[in-house]
Amino acid sequence: MSDTASTPPTAEIDAQTRRDFLLVSTATVGAVGTALSLWPFVNSLNPAADTLALATTEVNLEPIKDGQSITVVWQGKPVFIRNRTAAEIEQAKKDDTAALPDPAKDADRVQKDDWLIMVGVCTHLGCIPLGQKEGEPKGDFGGWFCPCHGSHYDTSGRIRKGPAPQNLLVPNYTFASDTQVVIG
Amino acid sequence: MSEQQSTSKFMQNGVVKWIEHRMPIFSFIDHSVGSGYPAPKNLSYWWNFGSLAGLALIIMIVSGIVLAMHYTPHTTLAFTSVERVMRDVNGGWLIRYLHMNGASFFFIAVYIHIFRGLYFGSYKNPRELLWIIGVLILLAMMATAFMGYVLPWGQMSYWGATVITNLFSAIPVVGDSIVTLLWGGFVVDNPTLNRFFSLHYLLPFVILGLVVVHIWALHTFGSNNPTGVDVKGPQDTIPFHPYFTIKDLFGMGVFLLIFSFFVFFAPNYFGEADNYIPANALATPPHIVPEWYFLPSYAILRAFTNDFILYWPVSWLMTAKLAGVIAMFGSIILLALVPWLDTSKVRSARFRPIYKWFFWIFVLDWIVLGMVGAHPPEGVWVLLGQISTIYYFAHLLVILPILGVIERPKALPESISASVTQPAE
Repeated sequence: MSDTASTPPTAEIDAQTRRDFLLVSTATVGAVGTALSLWPFVNSLNPAADTLALATTEVNLEPIKDGQSITVVWQGKPVFIRNRTAAEIEQAKKDDTAALPDPAKDADRVQKDDWLIMVGVCTHLGCIPLGQKEGEPKGDFGGWFCPCHGSHYDTSGRIRKGPAPQNLLVPNYTFASDTQVVIG
Repeated sequence: MSEQQSTSKFMQNGVVKWIEHRMPIFSFIDHSVGSGYPAPKNLSYWWNFGSLAGLALIIMIVSGIVLAMHYTPHTTLAFTSVERVMRDVNGGWLIRYLHMNGASFFFIAVYIHIFRGLYFGSYKNPRELLWIIGVLILLAMMATAFMGYVLPWGQMSYWGATVITNLFSAIPVVGDSIVTLLWGGFVVDNPTLNRFFSLHYLLPFVILGLVVVHIWALHTFGSNNPTGVDVKGPQDTIPFHPYFTIKDLFGMGVFLLIFSFFVFFAPNYFGEADNYIPANALATPPHIVPEWYFLPSYAILRAFTNDFILYWPVSWLMTAKLAGVIAMFGSIILLALVPWLDTSKVRSARFRPIYKWFFWIFVLDWIVLGMVGAHPPEGVWVLLGQISTIYYFAHLLVILPILGVIERPKALPESISASVTQPAE
């Protein structure tokens, strides 16, 4: 007994609490450190610098005639640019007071009445709605129709019917000139 | 008994003894799938599907490792590299068709294995953990299969990946950030393809690990059996080897015959023609369908629209989209709770006259869900999908708990042995 190193019985209680403290604090520092060291691995999965670098797209609006739509690619996503007809604009403004699942005024969704610019990705599960080309179904509200699960969008790109929860997203964009728009 | 002697003869071998002394691997194998594992003597052919699922896993890993040697995980090359496997690589078409159809057959074996467990009450005390590990294997399989389907980078690959990853955008507040994190960009693109390839290679080995744990848990109490009555003694068992190894081998022969029929004569039967069109980020196919083994889950997801009665109670709390996502994942995760949802003490449906019927209605309901998932959500399919979704949850959450209380089970045999040696009453 006297030959082996051991804690004297009198110091037992004190030693135990000090040891407990060391044990708990070491384990805590270790656990927090391990958790924090995981972050770079998770963050590496976020968009890389080269992906982020493709953040803006410039579009020349000149060739798009009244009532025509084009689709451009911005950040890999399709962006719908529609030169709306007077009838479509009127309808969109009239529907401001209709029953909208995601209420928004047409005036808040466009910078210039003629040009409706929005991300052409259905807010339900990411399909691309139809209605850009002549002859494609435009849905019950004369705008766009998503073939995947049947969402109908109106002439302002607002969701009117179907499972999608939100209106088609309006990206940030600025008119560089009357015929030049920069998306992003 | 001759088997016992030959085993011990094997164990007398010097090399075997040297290894066994340092690492008792041979006795471990013998106790797992050999003569040292006493299995209930009345196991029916429904008990073949565990080993068949194991065989399918091995086929998938072997064919997958070889395919990875020819595959290029880049958006510009993925589709062509798969076509190169089909046309130029020696026997590449065979290996790819084995892998494609192997996935379907893996799910066929596993789904029958699960329904077997549900019918004979294999999940009940003391096998709850064994069952839960099985549900984890199913979840890992689903994740693996989903990511594998993305790799050929066809239209269905791309749009399937888009629709499924978009499910996570339903999560409040952080949903969109999570989707961007999953994609590594703003759409499904090259970073997405790369990480899916990495995980598709990793997860099968996770499944393999789970299978080892599954078998470990199985051997703690041994297999359940068609009567559901516990093994009472040696008179109720026979050694796993050679009796069930030979029965499993026979099952494998039949399984491989049917599998070969599809590989050689109908290799694209389970596939979608659209996936032979290269992915196009600017054109959604008119009708996106997942692989058949996801169809019941897909039907549950789509059943949740704003006018669905199951959505009303939570409509103040969340969108229909989020409710659908929760229901879809919940439909699988609820299976893990079946040991507690089923309140009956009797395991086998053989002795549960009412449950027996509800079991088959549940199977039918699951098949109907699968059919609904395959059709566009129009007309009668919408209503059918909603009714069968309600029934799916009603079976698990209402029928199972109540039935265990009100049902009067038939008299159980005294033992497995007695069930055949004594006349039934």
